[in-house]
Amino acid sequence: MSRPTLIHRVSTGGRLVAAVVGGYLLTSSLVALLALLLPMEPAEAVLTATMLSFAIYAAIVLSVFAARNAWSMWLYLVAAIAVLKVALWASME
Amino acid sequence: MKPKFRQSMAWLHGWAGVTVGWILYAVFVTGTLSYFREELSHWMRPELSAARMDPDAIARGLQILEERAPHSPRWLIDAPEPRRPTLRLGWTRIPEPGKPSNLLRRFESIELDPATGDVLHGRQTRGGEFFQRFHSELSLEPQWGRWLVGACAMVMLVAILSGLITHRKILQKLFTFRPGRDARAWREGHNVAGVLALPFHVMITYTGLVTLMLMYMPAGVDARYGYNPGEFLTYLMPGSAAAERAGLRAELTAIEPLLLEASRHWNGASPASLSIEHPGYAGARIHMRRSDTGRISANTQTMTFDGATGQLLAYTPQEPPALRTYGVLKGLHLARFASGDSRWMFAFCGLMGAAMVATGLILWSRKRVPASGDSRLWQQGYRVIQVLNVGAIAGIWLGVAAYFLANRLLAADLASRAEWEVRCFFIAWALSFVAAGVQGARRAWSTQFAIAAISFAAIPIVSAMTTEAHLGNSLGQGLWIYAGVDLTMIGLAGLFATIAWYASRPSA
Repeated sequence: MSRPTLIHRVSTGGRLVAAVVGGYLLTSSLVALLALLLPMEPAEAVLTATMLSFAIYAAIVLSVFAARNAWSMWLYLVAAIAVLKVALWASME
Repeated sequence: MKPKFRQSMAWLHGWAGVTVGWILYAVFVTGTLSYFREELSHWMRPELSAARMDPDAIARGLQILEERAPHSPRWLIDAPEPRRPTLRLGWTRIPEPGKPSNLLRRFESIELDPATGDVLHGRQTRGGEFFQRFHSELSLEPQWGRWLVGACAMVMLVAILSGLITHRKILQKLFTFRPGRDARAWREGHNVAGVLALPFHVMITYTGLVTLMLMYMPAGVDARYGYNPGEFLTYLMPGSAAAERAGLRAELTAIEPLLLEASRHWNGASPASLSIEHPGYAGARIHMRRSDTGRISANTQTMTFDGATGQLLAYTPQEPPALRTYGVLKGLHLARFASGDSRWMFAFCGLMGAAMVATGLILWSRKRVPASGDSRLWQQGYRVIQVLNVGAIAGIWLGVAAYFLANRLLAADLASRAEWEVRCFFIAWALSFVAAGVQGARRAWSTQFAIAAISFAAIPIVSAMTTEAHLGNSLGQGLWIYAGVDLTMIGLAGLFATIAWYASRPSA
């Protein structure tokens, strides 16, 4: 077995955190926003958004691990969460 | 960029699969057994074998409740069904003055032969329900267990998707299956089990997550309903007209016309259960819950009648699209609608899922056999991983066999008998890890599958020695649940004998 370098390990650990924690935050923000904005009955919008959530989460996790540049992946991830949180806050007002 | 992308997906597939593989395998095995939850629960209480379906069961149940609990504020009736042909009656006693009014403590129930009304006393067991609980929460605290299984399911979803991306040409490769002894054979076995039942694997993983989605992903409900989710719950489970007060004495209306009306309303489906509030009073309410046969959705459908006049008061309205979809997704996972052939098809796919995870785990370790130059730590670690593979993959079946054998062999009046059956499951499973560690993984594979084969073959024999509901009687008398379970045990014994034989060949 080839021994992974320290840099490699840190980078992989970082992606794991980005995928699990960042992915969940991004997914839940998107689900919350969809639940508020989908043009349906409130309860129907909540169910639709929540049923889609695991597909969204999976797509985010795959993208995090597929991204070639870890720095730009982090940038996109944090930016997306920030934008969604602001939009969520704005639409709850 | 393409090869790099494929590489990262292959890496993700391998590590995602192996981190949750051991748990997922147990979840697949116990989930497959849960498809036969009702049948196993019935088989595990052979005292109930006299029970026969009867069209007048509900009316007979009402009559018995009238005799046994005339002053109870609430009656419950579980109608018999082909998969569990017993009639269950329950009632709450009136709270006694001066005593704490705990609803559960006041609840009583009996199980009867629907045809004769004779009370049947089944032995204490958790039956098939144990597998279902283990499947969804691994016998941990429900909160922890459900989150853990949910996390594993999510990783599984990622593993399936990244596996598909890695092996896009997999369908092509499928038709060049070359069974043999090397890593390539394991890879191809993994592909066959994974791809043949791929729609099932995706469906069962996603619907499993959807089943508990409001716990895993509450963000949508929180955003829309905040900390007042009552309105949302009413939408999920539309309420039925509850009785406000008992009122004056009034005889309960005849049940047959109401059953006919319910059946007409539900396109021929019958009620699975009834609950009667304030029986014998003017304010009586009869609630009926539709059975799950004849529709996929797991959403509850009810009808409520005035118990004194028989007038229809309320019924579940036509569900809006998202709610219907939610019900269908949950229904697909629970498969309560499935009858006969389709239930077996689901079970077969479940076993394919277990085989996919098992071959994936073995393949992963095959590719990492330590060379002589590797560190001692990795050589020992590898040995531990192999022992864990044996215990997880072969050992759980020893636990399952021990559970069924304990059901037949433990004394009927043993204190906390049901718990002892479960303990036998865990003790046998734990011993399989110890034995594999002592014997070494290479030889433990064939030994443990051979023991599994013998144990499963022993189940119908032990059953014949300890009960009347054995194959000699069950086949002749048409007791298909008992015969079916016994024959399935023999089938499993054959399957494990085959695996043991394969594993015992040199260079395995």
